[in-house]
Amino acid sequence: MNPLELVCPAGTPAALRAAVEAGADTVYCGFRDETNARNFPGLNFSRTEMEESIDYAHRRGSKVLVAINTFPRAGAPELWRAAVDDAARFGADAVILADVGLLDYAANHQPGLRRHLSVQAAAANPDAINFYAETFGVRRVVLPRVLTVQEIAAINREIECETEVFVFGGLCVMAEGRCALSAYATGRSPNMNGACSPASHVHYKEEGSELVCGLGDFTINRVKKDAPAPYPTLCKGCFQAGDYQGHVFEDPASLDAATLITEFASAGVTALKIEGRQRSRSYTKAVVHTFRKAVEAQAKGLPIMANELKRLTEGQTTTSGAYSKTWR
Amino acid sequence: MAGQALLTLGPVLFNWPVEKWADFYARIADEAPVDRVCLGEVVCSKRLPFYNDVISEAVERLEAAGKEVVLSSLALITLPRERKAGAGLAKDEEHVIEVNDLTMLRYLEPGRKIAVGPLVNVYNEGTLSWLAGRGAKHVCLPPELPIASVESLAKAGAALDLDTEVWAFGRVPLAISGRCYHARIHKVSKDSCQFVCGLDADGLPVKTLDGGDFLAINGVQTLSFAYGSALGELDILTQAGVNSFRLSPHDCDMVAVAELYRQRLDRKISGDEAQANLAALLPEAEFANGFLFGDYGAEMVKKAERQVA
Repeated sequence: MNPLELVCPAGTPAALRAAVEAGADTVYCGFRDETNARNFPGLNFSRTEMEESIDYAHRRGSKVLVAINTFPRAGAPELWRAAVDDAARFGADAVILADVGLLDYAANHQPGLRRHLSVQAAAANPDAINFYAETFGVRRVVLPRVLTVQEIAAINREIECETEVFVFGGLCVMAEGRCALSAYATGRSPNMNGACSPASHVHYKEEGSELVCGLGDFTINRVKKDAPAPYPTLCKGCFQAGDYQGHVFEDPASLDAATLITEFASAGVTALKIEGRQRSRSYTKAVVHTFRKAVEAQAKGLPIMANELKRLTEGQTTTSGAYSKTWR
Repeated sequence: MAGQALLTLGPVLFNWPVEKWADFYARIADEAPVDRVCLGEVVCSKRLPFYNDVISEAVERLEAAGKEVVLSSLALITLPRERKAGAGLAKDEEHVIEVNDLTMLRYLEPGRKIAVGPLVNVYNEGTLSWLAGRGAKHVCLPPELPIASVESLAKAGAALDLDTEVWAFGRVPLAISGRCYHARIHKVSKDSCQFVCGLDADGLPVKTLDGGDFLAINGVQTLSFAYGSALGELDILTQAGVNSFRLSPHDCDMVAVAELYRQRLDRKISGDEAQANLAALLPEAEFANGFLFGDYGAEMVKKAERQVA
């Protein structure tokens, strides 16, 4: 069995170098504009930085994938098409795309550039994956975080292209690329602007003994003043629904599927993806280093250490999310 | 031309008892001034067996009343039984299928006439044009699109000979998940959910801890608390080239809702008057149109009403 490919995040050129040094087989990153789904201030790559970073990674034997995974704005396809063309020109190993129109453009205008399907396309079954593979020549699909390991294995039995699964980092509980919750509360949309629950719309206010965490006009959580206040990501908030009060959608936990690596390998998965392009260089380094060890242990049939990364996770709690059926 | 715009009734998104579901479509057939009716299970495949047997009767009655009938697919296809249901739906060659998950394109022959629902990501001309090439004749745009994008797409849609539709009434579908939130808050699993989503005919409101109205859950789906209303913007949108408006069924007098939209499209009442009448029909509801103005979706932008008054 081939070792699993470790696909690591890089929000900046420095993070890319840190990821490569820590043992990333592959790094994914995006241009500094609305073409990628992590369009946050201070992140991402200029054209020059992208070209230099791809060259840096290639010289050290690592690959670079360029995420162009928002949905192009009506009337303005140039920005997204230029991102595809520039990724090809700089020698990117693949582009990660979600939009049907852009996949069609890339297949026709940059046929030599490998195409991966972003998780933002939410292809959650073999028929959807085969549709993208047959129609647009997609070679790898990043699977949505709504599937169990058994379902992933069943998918791999029915498809020709590769699959990549998230193993660590944030946990989207909605089908990615099909969620407008942030747009509803803030006007900033993952699909259109590459932003979810953006910091520009976050505010905190003390009320008596409580801290109120808000997003736009909405209160997302209330915590005791001296307790840790989780970032008010909309779907991880505390709300009231009927008689229930609490985390209606998801607890503020991070995904950590390190202990499932062997199962992923058996399920026919090609690559493991670490989330966190918005995180610091030291975070990237620590996570990549730990997963490098885990992937190598798996390849040698050795046990994998659990919970090594707990200090880096949200609320110091982790979940294997949808990979276990009980999550649903 | 405002008078030529069509009204489309979207599929019932909620878990209604079979009798209520059948009665609803019987009344729509007999009384509602809608041109096109999309029906079928979009949200959760577990609900379909309850009313699968009465669908063909509803379809016949709607068609006898002169409505165009479109059969809607599930919005998130993951399980083997859901793939099978999608492939089965595609075998119905008498009706146009509304694609709500691109998985359906694997089952539908290229070139066959299709509709595309609001849960498919059609944000730009490239995607619209590609879908038109696959046979799309009727595309309901994602509800989060602002008017500028709608205008650009409606223009492209006209050139591609397809109806461009905008979400015009009803709680806005904001997200869909592998997880069932109704089951979760009732402390049952999705697999043995006891169909608790059936307790809430319009979805279960989700309030903030300050008591503010925010969202509504409907099984695996999350909707807005506010009812999307483009009633004040029908003029702007028809001038932009939109030629179809979607009314999403709720547990209210949908015939009266459709009549209001028809009257407004026929310019028999003003935008302000129509919106006031809509509010009177749904006294508990809040309304929002923020997405159309590139604002946050929950907002009701009043300046729009002034522009069309």
